[in-house]
This record gives sequence, C-alpha cells and structure tokens, in this order.
Amino acid sequence: MNKAGERLWNGLVRENPTLVLMLGMCPTLAVTTSAMNGLGMGLTTMVVLALSNLMISLLRKAIPSRVRIPAFIVIIASFVTVVQLLLEGYLPSLNKALGVYIPLIVVNCIILGRAESYAYTNPPIPSLFDGIGMGLGFTFSLTCIGAVRELLGMGEVFGYRVMPESYVPIGIFVLAPGAFFVLAGLTALQNYIKIRGERKGRDMSRFQSGCGQDCMSCGLSGCSSRMEKAAKASGAKASEAKAGNDRATVAGGSRPGRVERAVMAAGGKANEIPDIQFVNGTKEGKK
Amino acid sequence: MSSVRELFIILISSSLVSNVVLSQFLGLCPFLGVSRKTNTAAGMGAAVIFVITLASAVAGVIYKFVLTPLHLEYLQTIVFILVIAALVQFVEMFLRKAIPALYEALGVYLPLITTNCAVLGVALTNVQKKYGILTGVVNGFATAVGFTIAIVILAGIREKIEFNDIPKPFRGMPIVLLTAGLMAIAFCGFSGLL
Repeated sequence: MNKAGERLWNGLVRENPTLVLMLGMCPTLAVTTSAMNGLGMGLTTMVVLALSNLMISLLRKAIPSRVRIPAFIVIIASFVTVVQLLLEGYLPSLNKALGVYIPLIVVNCIILGRAESYAYTNPPIPSLFDGIGMGLGFTFSLTCIGAVRELLGMGEVFGYRVMPESYVPIGIFVLAPGAFFVLAGLTALQNYIKIRGERKGRDMSRFQSGCGQDCMSCGLSGCSSRMEKAAKASGAKASEAKAGNDRATVAGGSRPGRVERAVMAAGGKANEIPDIQFVNGTKEGKK
Repeated sequence: MSSVRELFIILISSSLVSNVVLSQFLGLCPFLGVSRKTNTAAGMGAAVIFVITLASAVAGVIYKFVLTPLHLEYLQTIVFILVIAALVQFVEMFLRKAIPALYEALGVYLPLITTNCAVLGVALTNVQKKYGILTGVVNGFATAVGFTIAIVILAGIREKIEFNDIPKPFRGMPIVLLTAGLMAIAFCGFSGLL
C-alpha cells in the first residue's frame, strides 16, 4: 500500500507529467479553454492511462519485446474507444466540447511513455496506481491551466463569476494564442526554478525543457534526437546548439530514424532521479 | 458530389483559417522541434504534405469500403492508427527502393511523422465532418500545407532571433512559444476570410 501511495505522490508532484516532464502538450494546449474542459480531459486521460497501464502490466510477460510498441498502441486505442463510446453515451456535452481530442488520447505521449517506462517492467498493482497518479497529476495541471485561462479570458472559474464587474476580460486567453502564452509563461517559470535550483546545487535533471526537447512529447513523433539526426542527415549544420540546459544524455544510434525512442527509466525505487537516455532500439531502462 | 467551390473553401479554411498547429494544436512537436532552420523546416513540411495527403486518402478508402459495410465504424481509432503507422513504414521502404531521389529529400523525416497526431487528427476529422474521399484528401492536403506555412514562418523567425539577448528563463522553449502565440494572433486575422 505504501508503494501505491508513493506512486500517486510521484505522479501528482514529483514527476507531474505536464508541469515537470512537459509531456502531452497538444491536449494541454488545445482543451484548456476552461477549467471544466481541462478537468474532463484530465479525468478521461486518467481512466485510459490507469486501465492501459494495468492491462499492459498484466500482459507484460506475453508481449514480445520486438512488437511491444504496436501492442501498446492497440491496447491504448481499445481503451480510448471504450471511453469515447461511454462519453458519447453518458456525457455528450463533454464529448462535444473535447471533440477530436478524445480519440487523439491514443497518441498522447504520457500514456505510451508510462507503458514503456513503468507498466512494461512492473507488477500490475503499482502500475495501476502509477497510472492513477500520473493521471491525477495531468488532471490537476490541466484544471489549473484551464482555470487561469478562464479567469483571465472570461473572468470566471468553472462557470462562476469571480472577477468584479469592472473587470474587462482579456478575450485572447480563451482563444488559441492564449494557450501559447500561458504555456510560454509556464515553461519560463520552470526554467527559472531549474536555474535557481542548480545555483543552489540541487539536482534538477528530472525537469525537462518542453516539447521538442525530449522524446515522447508526441507519441513516437517528437523525438528531438531523431529530429537533430534528420537535420544533420539533410545537410544542415550539425552545430545546432541544444537550447537550454537540457541534461538528457544522448547515446548510440548512428543511423537516422533508427533510434526507436527515448527510454524513460523512472525506476521502481522512490529516491531515484530518472535519467533520459536515447537507446538504439532496445529497451534498456537505466537503473 | 462536392463542387469545386466547396473544395476551394475547404482548402482555404483548413490551411489558413483553422490552421492545424496555430489554432488546433496538432503536430506541435515537429512544429517546435524541427523549426530551427528554414530548410529543414521546409523538408519536414514537404514530408508532412506527402504523408497526410496519402494517409487521408487511404483512411478514407478504408472507412468507406471496409468499416462502413461491416458496421465497424467504432473501430476507426484503432484501425486508423495502425493503418497510418504501417503506411508510413511502407512508404519509406517503397521510396528507398523505387525513387531514391525523393527518398533523399523526404526519407529522414518520414519516421518522425509515424504517429504524428496531425495525421491521425486529419483522418478522424474527415470522418467526423462526413467528408467524402476526394473532399477528405483535399482537406488533408490543405491541412498539411497550413502546417508547412506555419513551420517555415516559425523557422524564419527563429533564425532571426537566435542571437538576441533574451532573459535567461525565457531562452529555449518559452520564447519559441511566445513567437508561436504571436503568429497565432496573426493567423486569427484570417478568420474574416470566409
């Protein structure tokens, strides 16, 4: 039970998927026009995440390592379909508000990332709680972002008016540009905390610097090491400075497009700082 | 059947008015990740145009001639993602064997877009909006063109601001996101177009 509690805390605070790991940015930006939408999206993702983690963990001995990614995707897609049908039946208004982003949970990197880095190597019960914890962390941050945007953009939170009558809403915050601005502020804040923490000599390597910088930001698509290899291969200068103080270690993988994915080794132990490593095809969590 | 006028409206609205990255937030990762240099951004854009157009055609055909007759429409998410992943792999192999010149130009970008959410997003949007196969292909093409426009512009701006003196916490991702936000405001201007 202690283990389960640790997993919940890990997902909610220590490795909060949105605020610390910067994963799953597409849905984060797209659906957080209001706190309610953020909450709905977060809870939907949490259900899928917990169930797929449980299922993958139960099947982890049966899935061969070579075909694990397609197997994960099929399992995740099945749960997404189930959840989508349930939402259509019981919460049609939420389903309508979230629209195409519900089926797009399939390519949400958080789910595939947890499947790969935790559920595939750990027993079912911790995996289930890992999914719930990560899902709660996602829900929490989505709701907060949604609340901020709703507050600034409409003067309301969860549909209740909180700002005084004289407040003129900044409408841009509920539109698309507002999402970029809020996320820019958030990543800048994260950078600030990281820089300050490093100055004090703390290990801040679990903080990652956003989409484009780390793998699994978008399913299998957004791996920046692959992107950089692509850039090199196409003749662009290899001297692309890695922005920020990204500590992810890049190892192996000389051929472009063959580095399957970054393996995020969250590890089973509580006090371990996860280390990001780009490994050549094989699944080698660095413990 | 869809008229030429309707197709033209879809072309404009999908590429400019509701731009795939700047107003729908799909395909954000390549948008932020491969936009350091204009030529790589253009290459990525070309690959995205190629894959999305092809994928929306294949997904449209499968939906109309396989899923609908069998009443398996609810399996669309699973089927589409598997079809797209397989399609990209297949296209990569085919190009390497058959058209090496095109593979040289696009090949390195293809694996990056295997499960890009924009590809799946377009396939699902086509179904949700009940587009036919031709309309779906046009919509896919237009969406990808919109992606290319956005990523090339962003890469151009990033080349310009690369050596600017930016406050330390804002270096890297935050300033790119701010740029993208300003671009999104500019693209809001297109909403009066239709």
